[in-house]
Parts: sequence; structure tokens; C-alpha cells
Amino acid sequence: MSLLRIARVGRRFATGTEALRDASLEIAAGDFVALLGPSGCGKSTLLRLIAGLDAPDSGFLAWGDGAPAPGEIGFVFQDATLLPWATAAENVFLPLRLRGMAWAAARAEVDAALARVGLAGFAGARPRELSGGMRMRVSIARALVGRPRLLLMDEPFAALDEFTRHALQDDMLALWRDARCTVVFVTHSIYEASFLARRIVVMTPRPGRIACEIASPLPPAPAARFSPEYAALVGRVSGVLRAEMA
Amino acid sequence: MTRWPPILAGVAALLLWQGAVWASGVPAYLVPGPLAIVRAFLDAPALLLGSLLSTLVVTFTALAVSTGLGVGLAVAITASRWARAAIQPWAVALQVTPVVAIAPLIIAWVGDPFTALVACATIVAFFPIFSNTAIGLASPPGELLDLFRLNGAGRWATLRLLRLPAALPYFLAGLRISGGLALVGAVVAEFVAGAGGFASGLAYRILESGYRLQIPRMFAALVLLSAAGIAINAVLGAAGTWLLRRRGEA
Repeated sequence: MSLLRIARVGRRFATGTEALRDASLEIAAGDFVALLGPSGCGKSTLLRLIAGLDAPDSGFLAWGDGAPAPGEIGFVFQDATLLPWATAAENVFLPLRLRGMAWAAARAEVDAALARVGLAGFAGARPRELSGGMRMRVSIARALVGRPRLLLMDEPFAALDEFTRHALQDDMLALWRDARCTVVFVTHSIYEASFLARRIVVMTPRPGRIACEIASPLPPAPAARFSPEYAALVGRVSGVLRAEMA
Repeated sequence: MTRWPPILAGVAALLLWQGAVWASGVPAYLVPGPLAIVRAFLDAPALLLGSLLSTLVVTFTALAVSTGLGVGLAVAITASRWARAAIQPWAVALQVTPVVAIAPLIIAWVGDPFTALVACATIVAFFPIFSNTAIGLASPPGELLDLFRLNGAGRWATLRLLRLPAALPYFLAGLRISGGLALVGAVVAEFVAGAGGFASGLAYRILESGYRLQIPRMFAALVLLSAAGIAINAVLGAAGTWLLRRRGEA
């Protein structure tokens, strides 16, 4: 059943830029959707509309189970955006705290979220004591801690080095498989979209619109990165992008 | 070692100064040597230290009032565009008006001399705390504000858990500047008030010593004043560093 139906959504900013035109997309529970496209194609705008941080000028969003309550959407930004004065555990606790939960009640869930991203031993560490990749892991744990209905990620690995990026992509796949969450993942990397997503939604700029969708035939596993099917998928997505941009 | 050069340079300058005073035979009421200044202090330590205390009480009261007022108004202009439009220009107007020019008015209007001195010093000290805190309250990135919104945080929770903690380093930097300014403001007000004859602070001692040609005592008061300024700056700086280090930020 459909988690979210996005119907002919448009958004034009006060500057006159048409960020999004007639975008339609259906997201089912358990999906892993990548929004792929170059800068200015409206993928981040679409993500903000889904999060409810912005409202469309035309069209509508219909939630299968009613609009999400506070905390039912997890959001991971391009930067880790942690509170620099708070420990890793306090940062992960933040969403629960904002929803009125006490530390004693939240503690087990915070520890579990940190363990899930491989940071079990770093609960007391401050952001400046952590590497960029570890900070991003804390940020992912913060987004997952309330068991959100939908996890939105806006180019979360774009600022990391390639080794860290690969490790986090592998872990993201495992998280998605094990935690059974629904993910919408914005990226401008053809490789990242092809490796991670089950559905690759290609977007084009000026005005931002959804060009087409490609279903991934790959298994959700790190080994897929080295398979000929992966190479073929990357080639196919690149071809589609080039054709759409022309 | 970078600790020693300033101390050595200072000692050398004092020696040169004393030597020049001895060699030229210039009278102490024109240029007193360092030894004469120390002797002047030892002649009346209670008087001078009492005056120092009086000035410091005004300074720290003004600093406390500036902190309350500065942080309070910074929160107000962050919370409301109306408050910002109403407050910001007047804060700037107050900041650019020389306190020497308005001190006589304040002293004439406010009956109580202590309150008048504190008011003058506050006018000088208030602005760095106010403007720094306002910048700090606005410093959290949009993504963090979005995160708070996504989790249903209201204005109060955003202020308490995000904006105020984010503003702390900015506030501490402002406080350090304001500490020195509060002393300057207190002294300026005392100078103006001293002419009216109801003050007992260090500035009043400087004026009084000037009238009586007790120039070494005047210098002693001056030395105390600058030592107090240096100490305030150092203490506020160290306290700030300690606080930020405790939060794991410095």
C-alpha cells in the first residue's frame, strides 16, 4: 500500500525560479528511492516538500496513514549538523527529547541507535572528537532513533572521502534491510544512486521535473558494487541522464 | 617562551623612567618616578583601595545589568521582527552617543549617585553583550532549525536547547569586551560626577590629587585603574575559556 502519493506538485520561489513542475511520485512502505539529478533539478525542494518544511504551490501530497506527526520523519542533511556542545548520545537523544521524552526512558533506544550505526563505544564523545564519517553516523542515528515512518536523506555522503563514503553506503544498505525503513535519498552521484536505491528517479533542471524512473535489478548487498550488473546499471542510468539533458 | 619578553620590557622601561627622573631632577609634581608612585600608594593604601572597591562595585553592577539587559533584548529581537525594528536603532543610537556628553544629564536626572554611575557605565557596557548575543542567537544553521521543526519543537524549546547554547561563545566574547567598557564607563561617570562632589571612586581620587598637586598619588590611582582593567579582562577571558572547554568546544 502507498505510504505517500505526490501528485502533480509544483513549486516556484519568490525569486521566480521554477524549482519543481508537475512532479508525481508514489512511495510505498519499505521503498528505497533515489532522487538523482544535477544541481538545480529540484530534488532537494521535493525532499523539503515531503518533509513538510515547505509547501507546494500546486498539486498535493497524500499520506496513506494521515500526515506524519512530529518525529515521524527522519532527516539527514549534507552536513552532520550536530550540536557541537552535546555528546553523541545527547545528539541522538535530541529528537526524543523534543517530543517530551525523559532521558531515563530514551536511554535504551539511544544506545540501540548508536550501536546500529557502529558507534556503541562513542556515546560520550563530542562532535569535534569524531571524524567526518563518524559524525555522519551520529547524524543517521539521530534520524533513525524515533523509528520514523520515512527517512529523508539530502546528499548525506557528498562531503565525505571516498573510502568513508563506500563504508557508509554499505552500512546504509544493511540498515535499510534490517530496520525495514522507507528511504528517499537525494544524490547527484549516478554511482551512489545505482548502488543504493531500488528505484532510481531521474530529475532534470529548469524547470525541475521528474524525467523517468529506473528499477534496480541489483541485490541490496555490498558485493553488488563489483558485479557486471552494477556496471550495466550505471551505464544505463548515465545514458538516460544524457538523453534527458540534451 | 613568550611570557618573559613583556615582563622584561616593562621592568626595563620602569628602570629607565626612574633613572631619567633621578638624572634630570624633574620635580615629582611634574613627573613622579615609579618609586615615588609606590610610596604614594603606601602612604594611603586604605584610601586608594577603598576608592578602587567603590569603582569596582559600580563596574560589576553595571556589567550585571548589561548582561541582563543585553541578553534579554537580544532574545526579544530574535523572537520578534517587531521588537527588532523597535529596539535595534535605539540600541545603536545609545551606542554611538558619547557617554561623556550625556553623563551630566543622567547625573542631574537620577537622584541617587550610585544609580547614576551604574546607569552611565551600563550605557557604555551594554552594547557588545547585546549585539554579540543577538548574532549568536541567530547563528544556528537552517538545517538544525529544520530538525527542531520536524520534531515539533516550539519557540521556547528552540531557544532553550538550540539558540541559547549556540549563543554562549558569542556572549562570552561580548562579556569580555563589556567588562573593560564597564570600567571605562564607571570612570568617565565618576569624573563627571566628581565635579559635583559626591563620588568616592578612583576617578575622584585622580581629580582630587590633581587639584592638590599630589601627582604621585594621581599616578598610583591610575596604575590601580589599569591593573583593575587588565584583571577584569583576564578573569573574564579565563572564565570563558573554562566554560567552553567544559562543553568540549575549546
